[in-house]
Amino acid sequence: MQKTLKIAVLRFPGTNCEFDTQYAFEKLGHTTELVWHENETLPTDIDLVVVPGGFSYGDYLRSGSIARFSPVMKAVSVYANDGGKVLGICNGFQILTEAGLLPGALKRNNNLHFISKHQNLCVINNDNAFLNKCEKGEVLNIPIAHADGNYYIDDEGFQKLEDNGQIILRYSDKNGEPVVVNGSVTSIAGVCNEAKNVFGLMPHPERALEAILGSEDGIRMLKGFEA
Amino acid sequence: MTAVINVFLKEGVLDPQGKAAHHALDSLGFDGVADVRIGKQIIIRLDTDDRVEAEAEVKEMCETLLANTVIEDYTIEIN
Repeated sequence: MQKTLKIAVLRFPGTNCEFDTQYAFEKLGHTTELVWHENETLPTDIDLVVVPGGFSYGDYLRSGSIARFSPVMKAVSVYANDGGKVLGICNGFQILTEAGLLPGALKRNNNLHFISKHQNLCVINNDNAFLNKCEKGEVLNIPIAHADGNYYIDDEGFQKLEDNGQIILRYSDKNGEPVVVNGSVTSIAGVCNEAKNVFGLMPHPERALEAILGSEDGIRMLKGFEA
Repeated sequence: MTAVINVFLKEGVLDPQGKAAHHALDSLGFDGVADVRIGKQIIIRLDTDDRVEAEAEVKEMCETLLANTVIEDYTIEIN
């Protein structure tokens, strides 16, 4: 019997992917609850916190830089530092890097464009709570939609990511070879923290659940949290 | 007192906006442009008249919120 997960989906002023995120997890049979940014606590007995995509605080100053100081983010930090699982998608990834829960930072795309398209991704590491239902080296194809997805980390930080298996996804061609999409260091599309309970990625798995809409690869990605 | 803060991407971190502006200047015939960096300026008016206190406070603001020191450097000028 598959365990039903209880998932908190955060909502900031300017978040716009919260309903897609709820739809996705509910389609997989889980329960979700929206949590407003002013809440100082998270719902009890949750299995996962999702920081969804959007444009929190209009991306003012830097994407994610204001949202990270919301009351709810203090609760998320405590939850994450206690081993709780957290997934940041797109703007959620930006918020988690700004909050210091994930290493590195996300800069303006090298070509200065807002890039919105389906993109191949290569699974780099799957020994974690997120991508365990995907194969290492497998190519997934899901949508990306961002202007600030250009992942930066210094050489020392990059080495740590690589040594510890924290790079989870890279932008790739259909054969899994890395391609330059937005200028990210070594085409990184997603990373996790050292303890492997906090995940961030620019692509949108919650928008890839139906073949008729172009891809259902998001299902296996999100189902990883059931393990 | 007024604090003028300039925030720029660190040396060695590619500045895509600066690069695009550089390219545009080249296209317009402005020869001899070696480099273009684009940053942002933040001006803060402070209640205090104590320069040392102001500097310390603004530095903390930069470290906490105004700059992301993973990718950005900042300068502070107190007037």
